[in-house]
Amino acid sequence: MQTVDLDAVPLRDLNARLHDPAQVGRIADWRVLHPKGRHNIAVGLDAPVTVRIDGHVGYYCAGMNQHATVEVSGHAGVGLAENMMSGRVVVHGNASQSAGATAHGGLLVIHGDAAARCAISLKGADIVVRGSVGPMSAFMAQAGRLLVCGDAGDGLGDSLYEAVLYVAGRVKGLGADCVEQPMEDADRASVAELLAAAGLDDVDPAGFRRYGSARELYTFKIENVGAY
Amino acid sequence: MSHDDTAPPRLDAVWGQRESHLFDRHTIHEIHRAAREGMYRIRGFGAKRRLPHFDDLVFLGASISRYPLEGYREKCDTTVTLGTRYARKPITLQTPVTIAGMSFGSLSGPAKEALGRGANEVGTSTTTGDGGMTDEERTHSKTLVYQVLPSRYGMNPRHLRMADAIEVVVGQGAKPGGGGMLLGQKISDRVAEMRTLPKGIDQRSACRHPDWTGPDDLAIKIQELREITDWEKPIYVKIGATRTYYDVMLCVKAGADVIVLDGMQGGTGATQDVFIEHVGIPTLPAVRQAVEALQELDMHRTVQLIVSGGIRTGADVAKALAMGADAVAIGSAALIALGDNHPSLADAYRRMGTVPGLFEDWQAGNDPAGITTQDPDQYTRLDPAVAGHRLANYLRVLTLETQTLARACGKSHVHNMEPEDLRALTVEAAAMAGVPLAGTDWIPGRM
Repeated sequence: MQTVDLDAVPLRDLNARLHDPAQVGRIADWRVLHPKGRHNIAVGLDAPVTVRIDGHVGYYCAGMNQHATVEVSGHAGVGLAENMMSGRVVVHGNASQSAGATAHGGLLVIHGDAAARCAISLKGADIVVRGSVGPMSAFMAQAGRLLVCGDAGDGLGDSLYEAVLYVAGRVKGLGADCVEQPMEDADRASVAELLAAAGLDDVDPAGFRRYGSARELYTFKIENVGAY
Repeated sequence: MSHDDTAPPRLDAVWGQRESHLFDRHTIHEIHRAAREGMYRIRGFGAKRRLPHFDDLVFLGASISRYPLEGYREKCDTTVTLGTRYARKPITLQTPVTIAGMSFGSLSGPAKEALGRGANEVGTSTTTGDGGMTDEERTHSKTLVYQVLPSRYGMNPRHLRMADAIEVVVGQGAKPGGGGMLLGQKISDRVAEMRTLPKGIDQRSACRHPDWTGPDDLAIKIQELREITDWEKPIYVKIGATRTYYDVMLCVKAGADVIVLDGMQGGTGATQDVFIEHVGIPTLPAVRQAVEALQELDMHRTVQLIVSGGIRTGADVAKALAMGADAVAIGSAALIALGDNHPSLADAYRRMGTVPGLFEDWQAGNDPAGITTQDPDQYTRLDPAVAGHRLANYLRVLTLETQTLARACGKSHVHNMEPEDLRALTVEAAAMAGVPLAGTDWIPGRM
C-alpha cells in the first residue's frame, strides 16, 4: 500500500506516479489523502491498480480510466470517469453532472445520486446509480447500460441510440425517441448482473423497467421536425 | 407570318428584361427546390459568396526606406514551433502551412493517408477529425494532431498518448455553434464501428462538449488532458470566428498553448447551406481581433495562432502571417490538391449533374475523385502516394510564394512580416484588417 497525501504532494506528481509503469507494476494498492475537491485526480490510469481516495473529489476524477479500480469515499464533481475505457470506478457519495460521459467500457457505480446528464453520449460502459439521476440523463447515449435504482429526471434518454436504460423508480419524462420497452428475460438477467457487479444486494431486481430507442429519428426526415 | 414556339426569344427582347439582383436565378432555383423537397439544403465546401478577404490586401514590398532580400540567395526561414507555453514537447514544423482537421468518415481512408504523406514530405502536421484516429493516419503522419470533439466518437486515451498534439474543438468556421454531420450513405461498417453507431444512420454530432461548458470548465478540461499525457503535448483550442477577441482571451485564460481560428470561409464535409453562408465572421477581421487579444494579454507568439478559412495561395498565407498569425491551416485547398474538382473528372461530374469547379456535394458520399466517399469502388481510384505527392507539391508552392513575399518585404523569417507591410484595397478590408487604405494613412475606426 502506497499512501499519497495531496496536502504534501502536488497532483501532477501523484498522476505521474500512477502512470509510471515501474511504480504501478510494483505497487498495486494506493491510498490518496486530503483530496479536498481537487480536480483531475487519478486521471488517465492504464494499469490494474486500486486507488482509494479518502474524501471528496472535483472534476474528471478517474477520467479516461483503463484497467484501474478507483474508489472515492466522498462526493465527486463534474465528469466523473468521463470516457472511461475499462476498469471500475465507485463513488460512495453523490456525483455531479455528466458522470460517466462518453464512457466506452468498464463499470461506474454511484452509491448516492447523480446530477444532470449522467451517462451522456455513453459508448458502451455500464453505469449503476443507487439513488436517482437528474434531467437529460443518457442524452444521445450510443451503447452500454444505465441502471438507476431511484428516479430519473426529465428528458431521460433524449435522442438515444443503442444504449439500454433500466429505472426502478419514477421517470419524470422521456426525451425525444426514447420509449419504454418490454422487459425480456435478457433484461432481467442484465439487471441482476449489474446489481451483482455493483455489489447492491439490497435492491429488488424485479422492479425495473426498460427504456430504449424507438429508432424513429435515426434518419433525419422532415415529417419528424416537430419531435426535436 | 406564324409564330414559332420553339425559337429562342429575340435578343432585343431578352436584353429588355432585367435580372433581379435580389431574386437572381440561384435564389429562384433554391425557392423552387425548397418548395419541392420541404428540406433545407445540406452541402459540403465552404462559404461561396463574395466576402472581404486577403485578396483585398497588398504588400508594399521594399524600396528605398526598406531593402529586400535576394530571392534565391538569402535565407528566409519558414520553421514554426507550436506549444512553447506549457508543453514539454512542443512541435516544430518546416512550413507555416498545416493540414486542418478532417475526419475519416467524411474523407476516405486513402484521402486521409494522402494528406499524411503530403504533409510528411514537407515537414508539416495533419489533424484527425470527428470519428477518431485511424492506424493508416497515424502511420502516414509523422506529426499528427488529435482532436477532442464534442461527440468524442472514437475518443481513446491510447490515441491521446500516441498524438503529437491535442486539439480541443469548440467550433469550426463553417458552422460556429453547430455540431458535426455525417449522412447515412457515408456511415460504412468501419465508420459505424469507430463511432459506436448503427450503420447507415444520419449522424448528427453534439454541438457542445458533454462534460464542460464555459471557460472555467475548459481550463479544468485542458488540465485533465495535460495530466493524462504528463504535460508533454501541446494543447490547441479550435474556435470558429465569431466573438473572436473575447474567445481568444478566454482560450488564453483557459490555458491553451495554441489557438486555431477558423473563419467563415472554412470548409465542411456536410452542413446546412444557411449555416455556411450566414454564421460567423470572415477570416480577415477575425485574424486582426485574435492578434489584438493576444497582444492585449502580452501573449502574442507565446500562445501561437493558427488561422484557417479560405487559404488558397502563398499570398493568403503571407498576409495571414503578416497580420500576426504563426501558421495557417488548409482543408478545402488540400482536398483540391489531392484531385477534388479536377477537370479530368468532367464526364463523371456531368453524370452527377455538375461540372468541375462547381462540385460541392461532399456530404453525399458519391465522389469520383475518391476523396469524400466511403464507397470502395470510388476510394480505390485515389492513389495515396500520387495524391500525397500532389499535395506536397502544392504545399511547397505555398511555402515558396510565402517566402517570395517575405523576401520582397526584406524579412529573413516569415514571422517578421508585419501589418505595416500591408495596405488595403477597399475601405471594408482596411477596417477589418486594421491596415491603412492604400494611398492613405486611414484605418477606418481608428481615427
